[in-house]
Amino acid sequence: MSDTAKISLKALRKTFGPKVVLDSIDLDVLAGESMVIIGGSGSGKSVTLKCILGLLIPDSGSIKIDGTEMIGISGAKRKEILTKFGMLFQGGALFDSLPVWENVAFGLLAQRLYDRKDAQEIAIEKLRRVGLTPDVAFLNPAELSGGMQKRVGLARAIAADPDIIFFDEPTTGLDPIMADVINELIVECVKDVGATALTITHDMASVRKIADHVSMIYHGKMIWAGKKEDIDHSGNEYIEQFINGKAEGPIKMEILKS
Amino acid sequence: MNFLAVIGRIVFSFLDAAGRIGIFAVTAFSHMLTPPYYPRELFKQMMNIGYYSLPVVGLTTLFTGAALAVNISEGSSRFNAESTLPIIVVIGIVRELGPTLCGLIVAGRVSAAMAAELGTMRVTEQIDALTTLSTDPFKYLIAPRILATIIMVPLMLVVVADTIGVMGGYLLATSKLGYNSGNYMKATMDFLEVIDVAASLTKGAVFGFFIALMGCYHGFNTRGGAQGVGIATTNAVVSACIMILLSNYVVTEMFFSS
Repeated sequence: MSDTAKISLKALRKTFGPKVVLDSIDLDVLAGESMVIIGGSGSGKSVTLKCILGLLIPDSGSIKIDGTEMIGISGAKRKEILTKFGMLFQGGALFDSLPVWENVAFGLLAQRLYDRKDAQEIAIEKLRRVGLTPDVAFLNPAELSGGMQKRVGLARAIAADPDIIFFDEPTTGLDPIMADVINELIVECVKDVGATALTITHDMASVRKIADHVSMIYHGKMIWAGKKEDIDHSGNEYIEQFINGKAEGPIKMEILKS
Repeated sequence: MNFLAVIGRIVFSFLDAAGRIGIFAVTAFSHMLTPPYYPRELFKQMMNIGYYSLPVVGLTTLFTGAALAVNISEGSSRFNAESTLPIIVVIGIVRELGPTLCGLIVAGRVSAAMAAELGTMRVTEQIDALTTLSTDPFKYLIAPRILATIIMVPLMLVVVADTIGVMGGYLLATSKLGYNSGNYMKATMDFLEVIDVAASLTKGAVFGFFIALMGCYHGFNTRGGAQGVGIATTNAVVSACIMILLSNYVVTEMFFSS
């Protein structure tokens, strides 16, 4: 399976001092598939994403993108491979020193793919794609609401028509209606671009809307993987507790009681 | 034994920090020399650092020049050496007070701003976002800031500080202390040597380098949230000021030690 996988993780391990955050993670994401990784806060979801992107260096294991090993790869080669990626950050991570259109077109300008005039036109088109009007293009990110910032982040993620798009907690901090709008946009945009999507979230509404396949991380280990349709009858007590949001179950929250 | 252990820890901690800052500086210089270049960012930083620092640098050195003239006048009158006032003012300002005051003021203004901006970008994942958009943060954020500061501090701010500082002494001496305008200017020009100006500009370049290096290093390595940004900003200003005063002595020795 891993031979044809767009993203393939094998025995990925990452520690911070004595704390083991990722413990032998295996994951395959096929081309065109939408994979969602679920798990509680601090379970290692974001670290997995950052290891794939090269923002963190794993202690051991393998990360392959289109069959190319990413660990130990040269900076130039990594940069070339990163041009295949789009990423929607949890907080938007918009550059507040730049107007919205330059945020959206940043990757296009950085790769010298277009001049500023053409890049601006593409940015406005991508903003329209996520339901924002052209006048938004000339505002600063600080002038936008949380939902609009997410949409701008989404427009930036799809601006260069990437092969792979990562979504880090795409609906965190949004009201349920805006969260659903963002989920719909993610599904549409991923289909439009024909990209492979990897999302991390603990929002089950997002999972049901976005996912083709679901994996669950708990305490740095991948404890379940399967199709979205199987999640409600997985037979896994961790999954059942998580999707039903119950305090009682095998997942223990680390709460210090006085 | 414990006392020695404490001393050892402090020494190792200092060497560790010095090593990290050294590697950061070498990395920044290597990125300055290799493409891609970001002239738009460089120009923006040059405006921020040079042009917008002019009023505060000009005002500070104007009053310092005037205060120096008052002090020298009073002191030199004790042994009938009032005629040395223009010489001491010009040498004092150009060799020492102009570049040093300018460096300390710019450290407070620019080093703090760089640390706060980069620190905020770090904690809001904007620096990670740059990486995912195929842009090296060192090339886009660090190299233009360091280069702009090395250019603007000596060639604009120190030149202005020296000129206005000498002018402050001249204005006070001619308007209040009864010095003849022509004689004052002649004495100033006769005793100002090329080596004085060269030392002043060299100090400006060295101070500019440390101002930007400390601001960028502490900002780029910010950890945590708002508190982390605050700590980074404080550390940037304090370490920049220490490096300015230390390097001031070293450069002075290089130029004027007999």
